[in-house]
Amino acid sequence: MVEIFEIINVGLFAAALRMATPIAFASLGGIFSERAGIVNIGLEGMMLTAAFSGVFITFFSGNAWLGVLGSVLTGALLGLLHALITVKFVGNHIVSGVGINIFAVGFTAYMCQILWGSRGASESVEGLKTVSIPLIKDVPILGEIIGSHTPLVYIMLIAVVLSHILFFRTSIGLRIRAVGENPASADTAGIDVYKVKYLCVVVSGVMAGLGGAFLSLGHLNLFAWGMTGGRGFIALAAMIFGKWLPFGAFGASVLFGLADALQMRLQALGLLPPQIILTIPYILTVAVLAGVVGRAIPPSDYKPYVKE
Amino acid sequence: MTVAVEMQDITKTFPGVVANDRVNLVVKKGEIHALLGENGAGKTTLMNILYGLYRPDRGKIFVQGKEVKIDGPATAIKLGIGMVHQHFMLVPSLTVAENIVLGRERTKNGILLDKKRIISEIREFCDKYKLSVDPLAPVYTLPVGVQQRVEILKALYRGAEILVLDEPTSVLTPQEVDELFKAIRALKEQGKTVIFISHKLREVLAICDRITVLRRGKVVGTVDAKRTSPGKLAEMMVGRRVLFRFKKKPVKVKPVVLKVEGLKALDDRNLPALKGVTFDVHAYEILGIAGVEGNGQTELVEVLTGLRKPLEGRIILGGVDITNFSPKKRIEQGISHIPEDRHKRGLILDFSVMENLILGSHYRPPFANGRLRLDYEEASKYAKKLIEDFSIKTPSENTISRHLSGGTQQRVIVAREFSRGPKLIIASQPTRGLDVGATEYVRKKIVEMRDNGCAVVLISADLDEIRSLSDRVAVMYEGKIVAIKDPRTSEREFGLLMAGGKRVR
Amino acid sequence: MSGKGTDKTGPALGEELISGIKGVLPEVIAISVAFLVGAVILLITGYSPLSAYWSLFMGAFGDKFGIGQTLTQATPIIFTGLAFTFAFRSGLFNIGTEGQFLVGAFFAALAGISFKNLPFFIHIPLALLAGIVGGCLWGLIPAVLKAKLGAHEVITTMMLSYVALYVTGYMVNYPFKAPGWVAQTVVIESSAELPRILPPTQLSVSLFIGLLCAWVVYYLLWKTTIGYEIRAVGFNPPAAESGGISISTRMILALVISGGIAGLGGAGEVLGVHRRFIEGFSPGYGWDGIAVALVGRLHPVGVALASILFGALRAGGMVMTRATGVPLDIAIMLQALIILFIAAPMLVKRYLMRGRLGW
Repeated sequence: MVEIFEIINVGLFAAALRMATPIAFASLGGIFSERAGIVNIGLEGMMLTAAFSGVFITFFSGNAWLGVLGSVLTGALLGLLHALITVKFVGNHIVSGVGINIFAVGFTAYMCQILWGSRGASESVEGLKTVSIPLIKDVPILGEIIGSHTPLVYIMLIAVVLSHILFFRTSIGLRIRAVGENPASADTAGIDVYKVKYLCVVVSGVMAGLGGAFLSLGHLNLFAWGMTGGRGFIALAAMIFGKWLPFGAFGASVLFGLADALQMRLQALGLLPPQIILTIPYILTVAVLAGVVGRAIPPSDYKPYVKE
Repeated sequence: MTVAVEMQDITKTFPGVVANDRVNLVVKKGEIHALLGENGAGKTTLMNILYGLYRPDRGKIFVQGKEVKIDGPATAIKLGIGMVHQHFMLVPSLTVAENIVLGRERTKNGILLDKKRIISEIREFCDKYKLSVDPLAPVYTLPVGVQQRVEILKALYRGAEILVLDEPTSVLTPQEVDELFKAIRALKEQGKTVIFISHKLREVLAICDRITVLRRGKVVGTVDAKRTSPGKLAEMMVGRRVLFRFKKKPVKVKPVVLKVEGLKALDDRNLPALKGVTFDVHAYEILGIAGVEGNGQTELVEVLTGLRKPLEGRIILGGVDITNFSPKKRIEQGISHIPEDRHKRGLILDFSVMENLILGSHYRPPFANGRLRLDYEEASKYAKKLIEDFSIKTPSENTISRHLSGGTQQRVIVAREFSRGPKLIIASQPTRGLDVGATEYVRKKIVEMRDNGCAVVLISADLDEIRSLSDRVAVMYEGKIVAIKDPRTSEREFGLLMAGGKRVR
Repeated sequence: MSGKGTDKTGPALGEELISGIKGVLPEVIAISVAFLVGAVILLITGYSPLSAYWSLFMGAFGDKFGIGQTLTQATPIIFTGLAFTFAFRSGLFNIGTEGQFLVGAFFAALAGISFKNLPFFIHIPLALLAGIVGGCLWGLIPAVLKAKLGAHEVITTMMLSYVALYVTGYMVNYPFKAPGWVAQTVVIESSAELPRILPPTQLSVSLFIGLLCAWVVYYLLWKTTIGYEIRAVGFNPPAAESGGISISTRMILALVISGGIAGLGGAGEVLGVHRRFIEGFSPGYGWDGIAVALVGRLHPVGVALASILFGALRAGGMVMTRATGVPLDIAIMLQALIILFIAAPMLVKRYLMRGRLGW
């Protein structure tokens, strides 16, 4: 007899927040890119590669924070690649993203084999240590949910808030939104449309990088083949569900994180076959898209902007 | 009296057309000056040159007495020239304030927007120029008239002393027009100079001090608003031209083919585009629909061809109520359509000539007998025949349509649409962008179809074309048919009707 | 330039081939640069590109066995490549061919297991049909969601791929698990087996089915009214609409057929190569399909040819790994690099799908 409270308890919500982190990061990345008018399907690949490089750098340097830096740089680099292909060469956004995703799978498995002799997983590294926020962690219930986590969770929360401020309270955010929605207007207002697009796509890569860093350095402390598990795509659904707003995407990410956490618990309890449980996040994504998209208006028409 | 803007001897050519032909324009400081003319007269081109979007082939521009070279909007703005385009350059999801300050945002410490200061600055502007807007409203929620005010404020915020308004009333309701005029007068009081581009006589007479009339790229004359009349202006706009009359078969009995009753429809912006259109078209008849573009003709065509749902009204073709028929069914009922945008709706550019020639009948015999197989040999035969009959200049029927010239592409569309044996042809701007030869050909073919019993609805912004081809001419203005006249009616009268000068119905 | 289309192969093929010969340059360049970058990666990680590529090539084409394996690996890729192509022609991005492949494979396996004592000339078509139905079903879901609700097919097909992976995994670990075995079904009836055509390789009749499929896709797209309408919608929806074509029904049809093709490919693998459904039997044929479709310029002939290249990468890759120790994943990277280098110019030039990127 399984007690319902074995499944649904405060720990579940703490886990939900944890598992929301990579999705939220990637989802923020998606927002940056799409609000500037570039579709980024490659978030999955960027996350995966960043997850790998995080472990790679940590393994050889012994410092998990350097690893995080490595993840960030990796994400930025892949973002730059995507920007080059889509902005400079006016390439198809989706094909470029698919290419990045496939490359990530191959590259990370290859390097894993080279470095650690196994395609499946790297050796364990010493990941980021959990931190606790003094005072808050002692608050009943709430404290248990948010009081104690790997630092990347807190960085994610800060990123959500900062993104919101950026988009809606700064001149840069204003320009980004104009570029994505009506590049001609932005152009005649004197804004460098191309520069804004490049910047945003690189930032989206950085976000994906942080998401990847969480998976490898903040969660499992190693790299495993395909460890992103489609989160890059789920993040896009979270972005759409959240109407391309940082807080909205965060909320949606928590929903998906909850599904993820729930799925892990159900698996641990052996209530249902693992494979069936694993489908929950994906079916949820499809349901979200089916229910939502009719009402959600994208921030851009994603048409390439070519100056007259 | 100082001169704000002087444009001397401006000439600008595009491939195949002289848009501005040695145009001279003098705009005095503090006046409201109209640029009046039909579509294609060259008004917008001239102002785009002033705003730096185009460079003139020849001529000089003087702003506030100094000769200047305007190489882009940034320069024009620095010179104090602001332009409000016909199609707004606003970002819909941003607020009024955000749109106005875009690119010149006031910030605290360089990053965060200083929203308080922005809003108070905007409110100052609003008071000064009597343009009331809510700075915090997202632009997409605003009616078009208010959006226009935002555009004006945008220009003023950037320090415009000379404001160019391109067809500002084309998207406004009568009440909004009144408010716009109030604002323009307030601008004048503040010492601003306004250049008002329009094709609407009455409005121009109501608000402007002086009027320069353009026709086919040339200046016809500049007059004082107080010393002219709608009739004189119409004549200047439209002119006396040699009429190309087409010999048409005289037919006595002409049964009604198309009956349109009380059509009402919205445009893409959900503004009323058709406000109760009613007319008949008979067999052996070309009904020309004259009017300046933007008065509902596009929407009318879309409703007739099934691409847009009307709010109200009925369409009856040959006795059958086709109001709710899909485009496919309408084609089957015998409607053929020459669309005004041949690249968007007329042709599939990546298809071969042959594939385009069978579009619309591709699923019927002789091309498809069973339900699946497309008999490309039959299609090829058909294509070859049409290529010959219509003298389509193409290396072969398999040439990709993208590689054909504009005139040839139009011939493909004409060949396809006319060879289906239609009851009704809807031809929308059929000779736009075509050279003389192609133009003559298309017109000839339209008359031929009419002589064979077809009913033709001809929509054109070219009044000459309408008058020389039509049996009857309906004039469309602001979503309604305001008159149906004999084509031999004078240009002046047509000009008046097209520009909203007279209301007969 | 003459391009008379009066021969049997039809107008589109003639014109494509003629311009293709001159125009194969972008693909050749893309492939070459990809191999170059691959060589750099190999060098950096301490391998000799020359020996790696040599054993790759020899493994794929060096002997009868190699060629057989190359064709065996190419076979499923032909299907997924055709599937992606077909959907793309209507303007849709079906990146979930992997999932449709798996569902088709599973349905075929079920058909192969469940019916006893059927003659092969009934059992084989039945099982193949089951595969098609499975794939069609898996394509129908995103198709309807897109047409009726505007749900972008890129995400939905991708998500359904994961669902397919897990659900089929569940099936072979629980209800359909073969007793005594791990993560696979029982062997299919021999009457459902697709014969091998080049022992001792695993090459089966599925190859011919794949080539037949390529011909069918060609026929559908360029010889039928349905194909005409699908291509019209893919090139210019407003013009197609003016010509009386229903955009949404054609899109749905295209995606369903696309799924069916992928499903047939899965069926072929199960019936011809593995003779049972094994969890994880697909090393990502769906993704190969995308690469192959792009390199093949979204034309069945190109897809078939490109499949051989990618089949060679996989087959030769396995030999290369055994011989030189270079991880197999270099082949995946090469595939991705080819996609990336092709992405920009080709798609802009020929198949610019304006406004098709939106959600």
